[in-house]
Amino acid sequence: MSITVRIPTPLRSLTDGEDEVQVDGAKVAAVIDALEAAHPGLKDRLLDDKGVRRFVNLYANDEDIRFLDGLDTPLADGDTLSIIPAIAGG
Amino acid sequence: MRHRRIESIVDAVGHTPMVRLRSLERETPEVQIYLKLEYANPGGSVKDRPARQMMLDAIADGRLTKDRVLIDSTSGNTGVAYSLFGAALGYRVQLVMPENVSQARKDITRAYGTELVFSDPMEGSDGAIRHCKALVEAEPERYFYPDQYANPSNPKAHFLGTGAEILEQVGDRITHFVTGLGTSGTMMGTTRRLKQHSRPITCVAVEPAQPFHGLEGLKHMGSSIVPPIFDAGLPDEILPVETEDGWDMSDRIAADEGLHVGHSTGANVFGALTLAKRIGRGCVVTLAPDRGDRYFAPQRWEKHYEW
Repeated sequence: MSITVRIPTPLRSLTDGEDEVQVDGAKVAAVIDALEAAHPGLKDRLLDDKGVRRFVNLYANDEDIRFLDGLDTPLADGDTLSIIPAIAGG
Repeated sequence: MRHRRIESIVDAVGHTPMVRLRSLERETPEVQIYLKLEYANPGGSVKDRPARQMMLDAIADGRLTKDRVLIDSTSGNTGVAYSLFGAALGYRVQLVMPENVSQARKDITRAYGTELVFSDPMEGSDGAIRHCKALVEAEPERYFYPDQYANPSNPKAHFLGTGAEILEQVGDRITHFVTGLGTSGTMMGTTRRLKQHSRPITCVAVEPAQPFHGLEGLKHMGSSIVPPIFDAGLPDEILPVETEDGWDMSDRIAADEGLHVGHSTGANVFGALTLAKRIGRGCVVTLAPDRGDRYFAPQRWEKHYEW
């Protein structure tokens, strides 16, 4: 169950500069836990105690997980989970 | 000034109203809090000021001519302003923006006849800057590149406009000025003007507390390409604000003050209230860069992204 996670620029300080990382997980929540294990500090940037932070967008392949099953959205081998940053700057 | 008759929409920039935030003042009875409504500019945001100044200065000294295309990277509001003045003054405009800016932003700028170029959404505004620079370097003779992050006309607009207007409006009472950092033009120019005032005014810069944030228009300087116009020595203090606090404050002042503003305004007002509670006595002024209706989320059937 290898999932490719695309990391936005402002979070790459937590992934040694990598823009993509491979982790295992059958659901988005499991992938985030695996991310946290490999790159401590990432989970807190993505989630708060109510779930995905309101300004964070997670895409399972092309679809926002808010319109799927949220953190329970299933992922299959070879899928991509993208972390999309807010637009910043003038 | 705002009721005057004008010859061109270009002349409608500035002289924005300032409103007192009485619902917030209940938490800080000895401090007045004022919000200057930059969304009252004709393009709907504070960015009308620097865009107008950069274009007029460039037209005056020949950097912008009718046979060149104005190109810049922008997440939206500056692009709206360039597009508006480009249409009004008769200049072509091309904008580079991350592909994940809202459809509304794309539609607004296109309505003025502007051409859009998209950069990688994973790279944010820094990716748009790099993409824009590459286009200009490939064909330098084709473009006028104002580069709002490096153009001294950007802070100059706020020195001549925003700062001077604040002193006209509350020069007799202002003790503190607070605003967020994006290009830093607002902070730099306004602060330089306020520091010339006869009484001391403390100027505080709000910035996102985290590199990965949701305060559109603002920059976390420590993790970003630092704008050449930014002078870190100018603000008296940098005040970090969490995204959630800015968002919640936007909701609150819409409900309590009738001010439906963008998230950067929420961050500014949260910063102003934080400061007001700390100082206990005085007058804090901050800005509302734009309205909340620039940020309505797309409907589900519009929300499909391709890479």
